[in-house]
Amino acid sequence: MSREAQHHFEVLVVGGGPAGMAAAARAAECGVRVGIVDDNLGLGGQIWRGESGDRRKTEASKWAERVRTSGVNALCGLRVVHQPEPGVLLAEGLNGCCELTYEKLVLATGARERFLPFPGWTLPNVMGAGGLQAMVKCGLPIKGKRVVVAGTGPLLLAVAAYLHKHGVQIPVICEQANWSDLARFGLALLASPGKIVQGVVLKRDLAGVPFAANSWPLAAHGHQNLQSVTISRAGKSENIPCDYLACGFHLVSNIELPLLLGCAVDDNCVQVDDLQMTTVSSVFCAGEPTSIGGVDLALIEGQIAGLAAAGRTIEAEAWFVARQRARRFARLLDRTFPLRSELRSLPLSETIVCRCEDVSYSRLRQYSSWRAAKLHTRCGMGPCQGRVCGPATQFLFNWNPDSVRPPVFPARVETLAAIAGPVQLPHSEVIGGQ
Amino acid sequence: MLSQDTVTVTINGAPVAVPSGATVAVAIVLAGQACRTSVSGEARGPLCGMGICFECRVVVDGKLHCRSCQLLCEPGMQVSTEN
Repeated sequence: MSREAQHHFEVLVVGGGPAGMAAAARAAECGVRVGIVDDNLGLGGQIWRGESGDRRKTEASKWAERVRTSGVNALCGLRVVHQPEPGVLLAEGLNGCCELTYEKLVLATGARERFLPFPGWTLPNVMGAGGLQAMVKCGLPIKGKRVVVAGTGPLLLAVAAYLHKHGVQIPVICEQANWSDLARFGLALLASPGKIVQGVVLKRDLAGVPFAANSWPLAAHGHQNLQSVTISRAGKSENIPCDYLACGFHLVSNIELPLLLGCAVDDNCVQVDDLQMTTVSSVFCAGEPTSIGGVDLALIEGQIAGLAAAGRTIEAEAWFVARQRARRFARLLDRTFPLRSELRSLPLSETIVCRCEDVSYSRLRQYSSWRAAKLHTRCGMGPCQGRVCGPATQFLFNWNPDSVRPPVFPARVETLAAIAGPVQLPHSEVIGGQ
Repeated sequence: MLSQDTVTVTINGAPVAVPSGATVAVAIVLAGQACRTSVSGEARGPLCGMGICFECRVVVDGKLHCRSCQLLCEPGMQVSTEN
């Protein structure tokens, strides 16, 4: 694939999760030429991973069908790394790069798990909660394994239910939030009928699985591989043998690409107007990058962004009331799962915080800012570009991340060379071919 | 997405059979291997499962820094974990 491999779209959507799929389908149904680009092997994002082909009429399969039938051009296995000039994005696949040009852009880059360091968190088989679920969806045999699920947020319950259904033995789900916040969350959900159905389903799927509030992981133990986890459970520490620890502390928005494009961000979320337009003209944003609000809000925001990008403002406005209701749930999430201060004292001096560059807690705590720590220790300068240690140090030390620089993901030299001028790569392949 | 068929790939020279449709990261975990050795010598495996953390990067058919969680196993694929 060479730089000449160029694709033009009236509406280009970055991110193939629920928000991106809804935006792409809605825009394409208006008759405009739409492309959707995602670095995963298929559409669906994280929450609908592997569900698009589901024969049951799920929300995921319904949207996958709409994307297919509306003529959206889906480019999977391609990761957007740079914007060489406004209106042009550079994307890299396994076998080369290409340019995607657009008139209107919808950013639906989703969210990732927040990881917090504790002794042993770098051991193999300590994974994110969503991370382990993704691995299982991608073929990891899990039946009969013992998995401790820990951290915070509604994702823990969804992951535990999924694992339990797949024959996993879950000794305990550790939720760091306290009971009174969780109870408020439960009560407030009564105002949201769809969520109650989800709650009932979860409760059924989690029958017999112990759930502990006010509980969190203190340390993971093992040599080369995980053997057990020590948790703090209602004030007492307890060692639990296990095969995997699925641990994530809620979600953080993926705002690196919006930042690169110059979109204004407030409190780690992309700012948008009523029509989901960012502070950059012609660039819209939908779903988790605007606030961690779950799939219902993502679908509504995606539809508004897709319709607005296609010029159908009045149809977009019809979704404002529904969005308002869904945003209430987002605010509730924020209030229910604040990170407790005890989690700041989990890392020991030698605990690694930056996993790419192996920078320990004791080295980092000498510095007063993210920038100073980066310059002196290389923290955040490895291939993840601070996506893991950035949110962790923000919580641990109140550090604010730096500005984003291109490329937003590590890219091959050939890709970067393509910015300078046309190149012919040795492996020429079809776009998106993995 | 996953089927009963298996695909055989090679991890550090040893063949591993995985369900068809499995990712390379899954094959590495099934083989009981770490994906990479960190700069201070720790064994590391997949963390995020979604292409963000880069802990699962390996060499696939000579190509460096492939995120194994976003790559499907194909018959005969040669995978080596990074050192």
